[in-house]
Amino acid sequence: MSDAAVYNFAYLDEQTKRMIRRALLKAVAIPGYQVPFASREMPMPYGWGTGGVQVTAAVLGADDTLKVIDQGADDTTNAVSIRKFFERTAGVATTTHTSDATVIQTRHRIPETPLREGQILVYQVPIPEPLRFLEPRETETRRQHALEDYGLMHVKLYEDIARHGHIATTYAYPVKVDGRYLMDPSPTPKFDNPKMDMCPALQLFGAGREKRIYALPPYTRVVSLDFEDHPFEPTKFDRGCALCGAEGIYLDEVVTDDCGGRMFVCSDTDFCESRRTPPRAAAPGLNEVPR
Amino acid sequence: MSALDDRPLLVAEGLTKHYGQHIGCADVSLDIHEGEVVAVVGESGSGKSTLLGLLSTQLLPSAGSVRYLMRDGEERELLSLSEAERRFLLRTDWGFVHQDARLGLRMGVSAGGNVGERLMAVGWRHYGRIRAEAEHWLDRVEIARSRIDDRPDTFSGGMRQRLQIAKNMVTRPRLIFMDEPTGGLDVSVQARLLDLIRGFVSDYGLAAVIVTHDLAVARLLSHRIVVMRHGRVIETGLTDQVLDDPREPYTQLLVASILQA
Amino acid sequence: MSHSSEMIRVNAVTKTFVMHLRDGARLPVVAGVSFNVGRGECAVLGGPSGTGKSSILKMIYGNYRADAGRIEINGPDGWRDIARASPRAVLSLRTSTIGYVSQFLRVIPRIGAIDIVAASARETGLDEPAARVRAITLLELLNVPERLWNLPPATFSGGEQQRINIARGFAAERPILLLDEPTASLDAANRAAVVSLIEARKKAGAAVLGIFHDEDVRDRVADRVIDVQKFAPEASTP
Repeated sequence: MSDAAVYNFAYLDEQTKRMIRRALLKAVAIPGYQVPFASREMPMPYGWGTGGVQVTAAVLGADDTLKVIDQGADDTTNAVSIRKFFERTAGVATTTHTSDATVIQTRHRIPETPLREGQILVYQVPIPEPLRFLEPRETETRRQHALEDYGLMHVKLYEDIARHGHIATTYAYPVKVDGRYLMDPSPTPKFDNPKMDMCPALQLFGAGREKRIYALPPYTRVVSLDFEDHPFEPTKFDRGCALCGAEGIYLDEVVTDDCGGRMFVCSDTDFCESRRTPPRAAAPGLNEVPR
Repeated sequence: MSALDDRPLLVAEGLTKHYGQHIGCADVSLDIHEGEVVAVVGESGSGKSTLLGLLSTQLLPSAGSVRYLMRDGEERELLSLSEAERRFLLRTDWGFVHQDARLGLRMGVSAGGNVGERLMAVGWRHYGRIRAEAEHWLDRVEIARSRIDDRPDTFSGGMRQRLQIAKNMVTRPRLIFMDEPTGGLDVSVQARLLDLIRGFVSDYGLAAVIVTHDLAVARLLSHRIVVMRHGRVIETGLTDQVLDDPREPYTQLLVASILQA
Repeated sequence: MSHSSEMIRVNAVTKTFVMHLRDGARLPVVAGVSFNVGRGECAVLGGPSGTGKSSILKMIYGNYRADAGRIEINGPDGWRDIARASPRAVLSLRTSTIGYVSQFLRVIPRIGAIDIVAASARETGLDEPAARVRAITLLELLNVPERLWNLPPATFSGGEQQRINIARGFAAERPILLLDEPTASLDAANRAAVVSLIEARKKAGAAVLGIFHDEDVRDRVADRVIDVQKFAPEASTP
C-alpha cells in the first residue's frame, strides 16, 4: 500500500487547507499583517517548521516542484525531513535547484539565485511579533500595529547603537512593508533583507506555535528600518567562497579541524554546487522521486 | 490676557466612575488653565487616583465629560478622540509621572532610550539628534550624562522619578499628570524633585494635576487644591486659602494632622 | 486701574472661624470691618493682639475667606471684590497688585537667597539683570552677609530668614503692600532699613497697610491708625 493512500494529499485534510488558504488570502491582501490561523498539530515538534509546513501543504499542487532549505542548505536533517515528508504525503517532485522549484520552503535564508514570478517562498517563523522584545503584552503590540505606532522598534535600534556603536541586529532585522506594517522577516540574516524588496516571487510566512500567517505579495516594497545617520547596511563579506569563489553572497564559516582551521563557503549549497559543475545539465534533482 | 488665552486647557464636567456598587468618583467638575498646578488631596481610597485616571483618559467614566483645548486651538471632547489621536495627545501634549517608576519607564531600556522614545514615536529618525536631545533633558533633570546608557533599574528612586520627568518633558507637553510623584522618597530626595517640578512649571508654563496625600507637597507646588473624600470633591479653592483657612470638617482634620517639623 | 485715589475698600466684612474639630465651636474674629486705604499713604491696623488685625490683612490678600462683606481691590481691570474672586483672579491680583510681607519665610528648598529675591523682582516685570541688581541692593540694605547670598535660606538663622523674606517682599513693587509685623525682632539698623523701604514705596504711590507692634516703627511710617477694636464682634454667639 502506498503512503499516498494513507494520507490526504500533503498530509492536512482539505478543510484545514481551506482554512489556511483563507488566512493566506487575507495575508496577501494586507501585506505584512499577521493573520491568526488555527494552527494544527503536526508530526514534528514546534521549532522544526510546523508553520512553514502547514503553509506549504496548503499551497502545494500535484504538479509543483518543491525545494526545502535550512540555512541555505538542502542537505541538513531538517531540510531532508521536510522534503521527505512531502515526497511521501503529496508525492510531489522535489529538487535542490532554486530555478527548478515552484515552491521553496526555507528556514532563515533566501536563495542566492534570484527568484522569479510564479515561485512561492515559504518561511518558517519562530516569533512573528517584532515588537515583543520591548513590549511583551500582545494586546498592546496588536494595538500598536493597528495604529501604526512603531516608535518602539526604533528604540530597539537606538539601544543597539548606544551599546555597540552601530545597529548590531544582524538577523530578524525589522522591516516596514508597503509603507504600513512593521514585520519580522523571520530570523533571516539582514543580508537577505534587500532581496525581499520588490521580489517577483510570492513570499509567505508561517508561525506554527504562534498561529500566525503573514505575506509579501510579489513586488511589494520592503524597507529595512534605520536612522538617517545610521543607515541600514546589509552584511558584507571581505572574501569570496572558498569552494566556488563567488563574491557578494552569504558565507558560512566551517571549522575544518580542531587546530583552528576554518574556511568560508557559500551558505546556499545549490548555488555553490551549480557554480562548481557548469554548465548545469537538466539533470533530475538529487532527491527527485522516481515516478 | 486675550479671551482666547483665557479658555481653560481642560474642562471636566460631572465626572463619575462606578466600580460596580462602589463609587470611585462622583460628579466632579474641574477646570485647568495653562500654567496652573492643581493638587488633588485626600486619603487613600478618596477617589483621587480615579479622578486622575478619568482626566487623563486612562479610565472611562460612567458619566461626565472631559474637554481639552488642543494645540491647534480647537476644543475637543476627549472621549470622542480616536485611539490614535488619544495616544498622540498622551505622548506629545501630555505627560504622566507615576509613583511607581516601573509604570512610567522601560526598565530594560537605557536612560537615553527612555527619553528618546517619545521623539522616535513622533518620527525622529536621526540617532545623533535624539541622543543630543536626551542628553539635554538628562542635564535638565540633573542626571549625569555619563549615565545615559545605563538602565533605570540601576538608578536610585529619586533618579528614576527625574528620568520619568525627562521622558515626559522631551515633547514639551502643556499638561502633566502626576500620581504621588514623591511617594516613598527620602525627604531630601523629595525636596530636590519638588524643586525640579517647580522649575519646569514656571519655565515652561506647564499645567499639572498632582495627586498627593502630602499637604506640604500640595502647598509647595500647587496654585489650587481639590480636597476629595468618598469619591466627592468636598472643598476646593486657592491652595493657601484652603490650607490656612479650611472650612470643611474633613479638611480641618487633614490640615490639623500635618506633622510639624 | 481705576483712577480713584483709593486702592483698597473694605466694607462690612465679617469673619468667624468654625472649629469642627472642637464640636463646631464658633470663634468670631471681626465684624463690620470697613475702611479704605489710598495711594501713597500708610495705614496701620492698631489694637491689642488677638483683635483680628492679622486676619483682616489675610482676608485682603485672599488668604482667609471673608464670611460677609466686600473687599474691593483697585486692580489693572478696575475694582475687583477679592472676597468673591475666583482663585485665578486672586492669583492674578497678587501678581499684579497686592504684595504681602510677613515675618516668616516659607522656605523653598535648594534655591539660593539671591535667586529667591530676584525671582520676586521678575514677577513684576523686571528682566533678569535688573532683577539681580534690585536683589543685591535689597540684600545689602538689609545687611545680609554676601557669603549667604547664594545659599538656600533653609539653614539661615531666624533673623536672616526674616530679612530675606523682607527683601523678597520689597523686590516686587506693587501698588498695594500688606505688611504683617515685618520688623518684629529686627535690630535697630534693620528696622531703620525697613522704614526707609516703606517710605520709598509710599513716595512711589503705593497704598501700604500694616501691622506694627513696634511703636517706634509705627510712629515713623503711619499716616493714620485704624483701631481694630471697633470691629470686635458682638459677644460671641452660643
